[in-house]
Amino acid sequence: MFSVNFAIILPFIIAAFVPFIYRRFRFIHIGWFVMLVPITLFILLARLIPSVASGQTFTDTYQWIPTLDINFTTYLDGLSMIFGLLITGVGSLVILYSIFYLSTKESLQHFYVYLLLFMGAMLGVVFSDNLMVLYVFWELTSVSSFLLIAFWNHRKGSRLGAQKAMLITVSGGVAMLVGFIMLHTMTGTFSIREIISSIDGFTDHALFMPAMILVLLGAFTKSAQFPFHIWLPDAMEAPTPVSAYLHSATMVKAGIYLVARFTPVFGGDQVWFWTVSIVGMITLFWGSFNAVKQTDLKALLAYSTISQLGLIMSLLGLGSVALHIGYSTESVIYTQATFAALFHLINHSTFKGALFMVVGIVDHELGTRDIRRLGGLMALMPFTFTVAVIGSLSMAGLPPFNGFLSKEMFFAATVQISNADVFSLQTFGIVFPIVAWVASIFTFIYCMIFIFKTFLGPAQPEKLDKPIHEAPMGMLVSPLILAAFVVGIFFFPNLLGNYILRPAMSSVYPTFGDASNLTPSISAWHGFKPELLMTIGVVLVGAILYKFLKKWNPIYGLFSQEYTFNALYNNVLSLSEKGSGFVTRGYMTGFLRDYLAYIFGFFIIVVGGFLFYSGAFSIDVSTNAPIRLYEVILVAVMAIAAIAMLFAKSRMTAALLNGVLGYSIAIFFVIFRAPDLALTQLVVESVTTALFLLAFSHLPDWKKEKTTIKTKWINGVISIAVGVLVMLIGFSVLNYNKFDSISSYFEDAYELAGGANIVNAILGDFRGFDTMLEVVVLFIAGLGVYTMIKLKSEKEETKNENQ
Amino acid sequence: MKINDVILRTITKIIVFIILTFGVYLFLSGHNTPGGGFIGGLVLASAIVLLYLTRDIESIRKSLPFDFKLVAALGVLLATGTGFGSIIFGVPFMSQTFAYFELPIFGETELTTVTIFEAGVALAVVGVVVTIILSMSESEGA
Repeated sequence: MFSVNFAIILPFIIAAFVPFIYRRFRFIHIGWFVMLVPITLFILLARLIPSVASGQTFTDTYQWIPTLDINFTTYLDGLSMIFGLLITGVGSLVILYSIFYLSTKESLQHFYVYLLLFMGAMLGVVFSDNLMVLYVFWELTSVSSFLLIAFWNHRKGSRLGAQKAMLITVSGGVAMLVGFIMLHTMTGTFSIREIISSIDGFTDHALFMPAMILVLLGAFTKSAQFPFHIWLPDAMEAPTPVSAYLHSATMVKAGIYLVARFTPVFGGDQVWFWTVSIVGMITLFWGSFNAVKQTDLKALLAYSTISQLGLIMSLLGLGSVALHIGYSTESVIYTQATFAALFHLINHSTFKGALFMVVGIVDHELGTRDIRRLGGLMALMPFTFTVAVIGSLSMAGLPPFNGFLSKEMFFAATVQISNADVFSLQTFGIVFPIVAWVASIFTFIYCMIFIFKTFLGPAQPEKLDKPIHEAPMGMLVSPLILAAFVVGIFFFPNLLGNYILRPAMSSVYPTFGDASNLTPSISAWHGFKPELLMTIGVVLVGAILYKFLKKWNPIYGLFSQEYTFNALYNNVLSLSEKGSGFVTRGYMTGFLRDYLAYIFGFFIIVVGGFLFYSGAFSIDVSTNAPIRLYEVILVAVMAIAAIAMLFAKSRMTAALLNGVLGYSIAIFFVIFRAPDLALTQLVVESVTTALFLLAFSHLPDWKKEKTTIKTKWINGVISIAVGVLVMLIGFSVLNYNKFDSISSYFEDAYELAGGANIVNAILGDFRGFDTMLEVVVLFIAGLGVYTMIKLKSEKEETKNENQ
Repeated sequence: MKINDVILRTITKIIVFIILTFGVYLFLSGHNTPGGGFIGGLVLASAIVLLYLTRDIESIRKSLPFDFKLVAALGVLLATGTGFGSIIFGVPFMSQTFAYFELPIFGETELTTVTIFEAGVALAVVGVVVTIILSMSESEGA
């Protein structure tokens, strides 16, 4: 039985085996094995399409931390189905493409492990019902994106681009986490479905608005919305298969997913409507406007992706107005914006994926993707050219390609919204069709640039390092399949509409009843409506502007290079580096004794402060057992050893005296019948002594410390205060009764954990999680010591990391 | 300076076995009496450290040809693996279980998943302690 949980876990499991397979079968490109994962998942998901189309949903829960309401619950409905199919479908094609794109000389095992990590994380994002789990997968996509952008980490640009993407998306993710926690505070649940069903009672809650803004921050940063779009062009340093997969088809659409998923929660609110629509519109315009001036084909596609993401985002904003009006025959027309968003989402993945692969082919075969060095490739690269034309014209919104259909629906939605009579749209609504139209003109222009500058015009073989030639067939398969989809969807759009988009519509509008009312019949021809006239206008004006591109091109020079968002980002980064460097240098003296003073000072203030504040200090010795003579003797021995340590003349003496303290404590444990503690203490003491002996020869000579009287006083006060405080805690613990005693739990250890040794029952069972993580920490510490020592001895061999 | 350590060497030969046996005993008995994975591992590690102290590193390395980093990694894998193992059986992460079995030689014996977990802890402790001590002592020559 296929479960969605399994679909998420599978890529992670396979990722763990990739290095072994890689080592075992060096003669086969590892990508062939990895490709089986998305293909399998795609088939498994596709088999569920009919049941999802008939309105069925699949839920699967695995209890993770039930006490905190955090469970690994997955939910497969129409909306997550779209994304699941995109992730696995485009994933399969991208991996097939990457097999020919990346030579076996690259560190392929890393590449495919990262890619599988990303795939699993992305599936986790779209299938998770629990917000906490969603957040974890969300950040994991950022991390795997970071690793993939920095795949060629010998390049400085790759590393900086990866850092930028990571910083921006992770900050947005953290904001989103805070929003999730607010939602939990309001509704008392982390389950998205439960939040959707109960949110009506909380729309006036004080946290409703902050939660909305924070969740939107997460979505906007991830989907590269203005002004957070700056990371996406820099992320193009990644290998092209990664750009095609993460930075156009899937990861950047996670924000779109989030907005669509949360539309039933926040949609209907005026702030949501305006924020999502306006940000989307600005992004749409700014992306397409900037794409025109790019000379690097990949940068052009990056800005184009930003622009298209803005388009989808704004459509989701426009569609949310239907939730404000509520279900009626009039409001259904506004849901068409959401329908167009979902439709365009799929179309964009097909044509943009194909275009990225085309750029990858050009870059791979000719060694450049600069349009100033390219041209005239049409005759020599016929297949690549075909795909490029199909993809570009679809992106420009021309028939007979799927982009035409969704672009028309987009225009129709903007025209309809300008006639709506809510949210003062009668006054401002006219902005939407105008911005959409102007942005589409720029879209048309950069699509023309993509075709004409690369494939038409005179060839410039003298500017290329390699002769112009067609790519190997294997590399062309994936873009050709995507191009086939671009054309196929145009001719059979309603197949997609009925099976894929309709169930997704009912996920976005759960209260609107039967989704078949929300699913229009998509047709290429629907009379001389405004949207068709807008398209014709786009083509006419776009063609003229393209013709006179050189005349108005200088307009881009008007924009200042100093006051850009990139400059802001760089300044913030360098300032925070300087600032934290300044603060850190202020207290990191390099002396262990100073750090000890900080630690103990903190201990005194926090622990002592808390005990004092909560009034927990109490000394009551009436119930204590009487003190026996040998206990007094032991304490005396320890006190003498501790005081003598202050006057020790050599390091060895001090170490031995420290040993006296440790062994005396072990004897105390024996007296108080804690044999395992005593044993542990003894062994630890012995091993540390051995360690000390090893480190002994490395230590500098024991010198009399030159400290001022003031420092001595401070240190004295701190040490005495710590001693007194620990003693007081010891006394207070005996009488502290603010919490229920948990001892009954441990007394039943034999029944609960099957072990008579309650210490071990605690370590291995009741608090097993702690122990597990402690083991991991211990391991990391061990590796840390190992690497630091190894690094020190290999310091002479310095390598230049920039190539 | 080379000190005469004949006595230490001779005793070590015998005592290491006693310590190793004791370590294994502590590990196995930990479920019902004092002991357990951590202390068992620590005792085993101290036995190995004792060997290193009395002999030179090279000859010990020949007789104990393990990469102790891998030992530690294996331990971590076991400890976390038992956590994930419980997922396969559809119970929350890190659930431990136990049952009583009738075994040929041992009679009625309690087998628990905690033992696997503790074995992971023990291996991690042995691996990490020996790794640290070895890398520190090796840097001495450098």
